[in-house]
Amino acid sequence: MTAVRCIDLCRTYRQGDIDIKALDHVSIEIESGDFVCLSAPSGGGKTTLLNAIGGLDRPDSGEVWIAGERIDTMARGELAELRLHRIGFVFQAYNLIPVLTARENIEFVMQVQGVPAGKRRVESEAILEEVGLAGMGDRRPAEMSGGQQQRVAVARAIVSRPALVLADEPTANLDSVTSDELIQLFTNLSERHGTTFVIATHDQRVMGYARRLVKMLDGRIVDDIQQHAA
Amino acid sequence: MNHIVGVSAQLAWRNLWRNHRRTIIMLGAISIGAWAMIFLTALTQGMVTDMVKDGLSVLPGHVQVHHPDFRDDPTIVNTIPVADSDLEAELAKGNFTAWSTRVRVPAVVMSERETRGVTLLGVDPEQERAFTFVDLETIDGRFLEAPDDRGLILGRKLVETLETDLGKRVVIMSQDPDNEVADRGFRIVGVFRAELPGHEETYALIGKQTAQELLNIGDRVTEVAVFGDDFRDVTPVRTEVDALLADQDGIVIQDWPELDRYLGTMLSAMDGFVLIWVIVIFLALSFGLVNTLMMAVFERVREIGVMLALGMKPGAILWQIVVESMLLLAIGLAIGNTLAWLSILPIRDGLDLSIVADGMEMMGVSSRLVPDLRREDVVLANVVVLILGFLASIVPAWRASRFDPIEAITKVE
Repeated sequence: MTAVRCIDLCRTYRQGDIDIKALDHVSIEIESGDFVCLSAPSGGGKTTLLNAIGGLDRPDSGEVWIAGERIDTMARGELAELRLHRIGFVFQAYNLIPVLTARENIEFVMQVQGVPAGKRRVESEAILEEVGLAGMGDRRPAEMSGGQQQRVAVARAIVSRPALVLADEPTANLDSVTSDELIQLFTNLSERHGTTFVIATHDQRVMGYARRLVKMLDGRIVDDIQQHAA
Repeated sequence: MNHIVGVSAQLAWRNLWRNHRRTIIMLGAISIGAWAMIFLTALTQGMVTDMVKDGLSVLPGHVQVHHPDFRDDPTIVNTIPVADSDLEAELAKGNFTAWSTRVRVPAVVMSERETRGVTLLGVDPEQERAFTFVDLETIDGRFLEAPDDRGLILGRKLVETLETDLGKRVVIMSQDPDNEVADRGFRIVGVFRAELPGHEETYALIGKQTAQELLNIGDRVTEVAVFGDDFRDVTPVRTEVDALLADQDGIVIQDWPELDRYLGTMLSAMDGFVLIWVIVIFLALSFGLVNTLMMAVFERVREIGVMLALGMKPGAILWQIVVESMLLLAIGLAIGNTLAWLSILPIRDGLDLSIVADGMEMMGVSSRLVPDLRREDVVLANVVVLILGFLASIVPAWRASRFDPIEAITKVE
């Protein structure tokens, strides 16, 4: 089943007097349960593609389909619903909510979804254990290391079992050991839960774990490689 | 929807205490503003209430009955053309707080040294006791004991002016309906004190029956005064008096706002003044409130972007900021209300302003200012602050809800 389908996407930004083509007629299909890395140098268009897939940004032209549903024409509220229930996000800078504890950050999405408190608690405890943060649920982000914060961000992204997880440079602020642990976590989750992962990165180690590596340059897909994960 | 309210309230509460100092300063401003609104309004309302009550206790009551020409020519010629006994019989059927039938005419009082013009009141002491301006606790001598009491009650200041004293005799002179001089000697049996020194100089009280005999008016009176429960709402009393005296000809029934337009207008103006006062204070506060919310929003651009990206709807973001503002206002109002109540508590029996009594009297206010903490004023202040606070918080909340998630997340703080 196709999890993501992008057809002829174009997106141009204006920077001063110059038009920058962030996406230049990009088409891609990603199957459910796949583990895909988007690789590109800075400004190559990987984050723009990720944002378009996540409904955070609208392409100038082209179509974006998620699980058979076209999303580039959806209203803001509909997109919010889509992101809330079907997509998990992991950001480069963790982006946890500082006034909430690790557990509350993890429960945030479920809380907005309207999951009852008891169930939230059970799910968050389980996911804290799964990401190796058992016993740290009451800590605030400021009391945690970068790696721990990123694990909380991953836990937040996957706790409500979204079909698709989008991660933008998730290892950029992590040391190599923590990066490896995080990617191991991603692959385990992908294998165990069948979650589709799309990761924008220029970290070679992360690319090594991907089953599919999509290389971009100047807003275009220049290579699309199926590979055996590490 | 409930879960959005819950998560928004949780985030709003936590964010409120994120910057303790700023929140405490803003709470201080709101509390002082609320205190000022309520406390100063209570003092001002106390002054106006005192002014109105004093005014009503002297003559009008809440509703009055007269001869139609009495107001233009308040002399003995214009007595009510209904026997006093008939009036009393009708009024006794009513459910009033108090009522009184009186003789009220201009007169002259002469001692052996001085002469002064006064308003002579012929009263039934039992009827009058419930609402007289005479302070019965501090009267020297005694008050009138019956309608046929032959004694005279004068105010302390008038006694001083006439250079006479308790137990001495003075002469009261007026006119009867035939324009003949009506005069008689009276012994001063009581010297009263009043809240307003002017009352002590203006009024002389004798028994109603004694006055009727002196003025040769038989069983007639010049005025009926009726009191209800609430001087702010005289309609029930007015309606009842209208019904009881509907069959009587040659009378006019008026309520106090008609009789004393100055006081009536002042009372209405006061309600408007309270609203303006509350709004002016709030406007001063609102700059601080909007500034605080704006700062709070712009310090959290990334966070708001993340929440939007994770699927929180713009409406929920707007709600969260509004809840934060409402929490801030509610806590500030609670403190302000408590402070106002604590400020009023020690002076609930009155604030002694005798040092400026003359000036207060010119305004028709007694030298003891009793704060009038009205529930309506407290509710008005709180509701106005909450409604205007809600409106003031809409702008920053709206801006926050319109953030583009991508721009917000990538914002460098």
